[in-house]
Amino acid sequence: MPANTDNDLASANDLMPGRAAAVAALKDVPHVPGAQKPDPILVADHVSRQFGGLKAVDVAHVEIQRGAITALIGPNGAGKTTLFNLLTGFDKPDTGKWTFNQQQVAGMSPYKLARKGMVRTFQLTKALSRMTVMDNMRLGASGQLGERFFPSLLPFLWNAQERANEVRALELLGRFNLDAKLDDFAGSLSGGQRKLLEMARALMTNPEMVMLDEPMAGVNPALTQSLLGHIKNIREEGTTVLFVEHDMDMVRDISDWVIVMAQGQIIAEGPPDAVMRDRQVIDAYLGTHHDQALTKDGTSLTQDSSGE
Amino acid sequence: MDFGIIFSQTLTQAIGITAIIYCLAAVGLNVQFGYTGLLNFGQVAFVAAGAYAVGVIVLTFDLSLWLAILVGILASTLLALILGIPTLRLRADYLAIVTIAASELLRLLVRSIAFKDTFGGAQGLNGKLGQQFHDLNPLPSDFTSLPVLTWTRQDLWVVIVGWLLVVLFTLLVWGLVRSPWGRVVKGIREDEDAVVSLGKNVFVYKMQALVLGGIIGGFGGIVWAVAKQSVQPDTFQPDFTFFAYTILLLGGAARVFGPIVGAIIFWFLLAGVGELLSQMIQAGYIDFLSATDVGSIRFILMGLGLMLLMIFRPQGIFGDRRELALDAR
Repeated sequence: MPANTDNDLASANDLMPGRAAAVAALKDVPHVPGAQKPDPILVADHVSRQFGGLKAVDVAHVEIQRGAITALIGPNGAGKTTLFNLLTGFDKPDTGKWTFNQQQVAGMSPYKLARKGMVRTFQLTKALSRMTVMDNMRLGASGQLGERFFPSLLPFLWNAQERANEVRALELLGRFNLDAKLDDFAGSLSGGQRKLLEMARALMTNPEMVMLDEPMAGVNPALTQSLLGHIKNIREEGTTVLFVEHDMDMVRDISDWVIVMAQGQIIAEGPPDAVMRDRQVIDAYLGTHHDQALTKDGTSLTQDSSGE
Repeated sequence: MDFGIIFSQTLTQAIGITAIIYCLAAVGLNVQFGYTGLLNFGQVAFVAAGAYAVGVIVLTFDLSLWLAILVGILASTLLALILGIPTLRLRADYLAIVTIAASELLRLLVRSIAFKDTFGGAQGLNGKLGQQFHDLNPLPSDFTSLPVLTWTRQDLWVVIVGWLLVVLFTLLVWGLVRSPWGRVVKGIREDEDAVVSLGKNVFVYKMQALVLGGIIGGFGGIVWAVAKQSVQPDTFQPDFTFFAYTILLLGGAARVFGPIVGAIIFWFLLAGVGELLSQMIQAGYIDFLSATDVGSIRFILMGLGLMLLMIFRPQGIFGDRRELALDAR
């Protein structure tokens, strides 16, 4: 590694203790598929899902480190989103068991999993179009008394809770630069803003782990930058992040650990730099010329790999 | 031609008993379809459940009307549970298929010869169904008629209580939909999976909406049985449900006052066109139609009017066009 990268890392660690902790914890983890982590929040075994003749997901063992940002990458059709759907209960696996916080959660309904702190977003953003941005946020808050049928008719029971949720929603919206859009319909937001709203709404549930399915797809570069900042912030607040992404710049920039899937299986694991040097990953996903800039602007790509 | 009669007849029907029955059915649909997005195409089954509860309890078993109302509520709830448990976990269109089939099934069941002793077969149940209610009529016994509105003493009493019921249920719906509960069901209408991902038990909310909408529809049936003192299976055809949908969309779905305004306008237009045509035929202004054609012609004109509404004001009277435009995105 070039010296300047180490310096960058050191200064970054001062600003981001969460990152430092995650990197330190993952330092001694072997770079092999299914590697054991020191403090896994999610452990899955033999998870498989077949669609007709196609085995979309066939994961023997995987662990997700608590408090880290883990990227899940792989070619199209590798089974990343299907794995997401299985782990969050939105789809039922053919085989497999997995634990969340040491608790067996296989076969649990998706809403129960969400209540346990495992909250996801979707590849195709699901903003609730004909509801305002603020209502989208309020809906995210968990444990609301006013959401029960009979108490909902007695506002004095839930008004205080509602106000408290609004304060938190405003704070989150401010962080995601959506505070000017409070009363707009979510359907009137741009695609990128909807991604932000969906992420902010997921955070309203106070999740222990957020699972983001392609958070950057269709988002312009400037907004990507701020989204990256938000995701790093989520980790700094102690939340575990697992995300699916194709943008390798982003994966390299924010992830502490990378898991690579191809044809339903995990083929490699490791910190971003190690994974991107992996022969198998290059063949299956990145392509031989992945570290060469396609355009004059691809400076960060060439810089990082120059040290090899 | 007497425009006075046309006006008074039209107005009497626009806010009359039939309008109330349809309005209650539409208030129920508003909870189910307007707010929660449940495509219930069998609302008439809930109305029939309410009406037959009164008929069977009062006439077949000779028990109290008040017990019958309770049974009507229970019957609507039970029907909602039976329809909802297998279908609410599936995609929305399944509910539509199951509910429309169930409503026809229920109608054929109550008119079958096998259950003639209980449900009265094709003739239905006719008798003093609402006597206990009419005995409570506080209107003076020498009451003849209001000016313009030509209800009998008995009908006026039903109309008063009927609109009170409408107001009561509208208040209930208003209270629910402005609360966090209403927010969850609106979220379900927009995108069920998103709401699930936030940790809400979507199935329970959909079931609550189906049951509540069913009970409100059931009260439509109770009013029907009490007012008309007769319950007949073939009045509960699927077109009842579609008129209720028409009323809902006319007023504006997911608007608290939508069903009320929708019902009044629907029956005002339907009755108005009918009265006008009848009078014109009588007076000889129209000679290519006979008085018996009026019944169908007014529905043809109604259909035309609805098409125009959908083209020029698809959001209904109260709806917000901006919301509708968001669907396309």
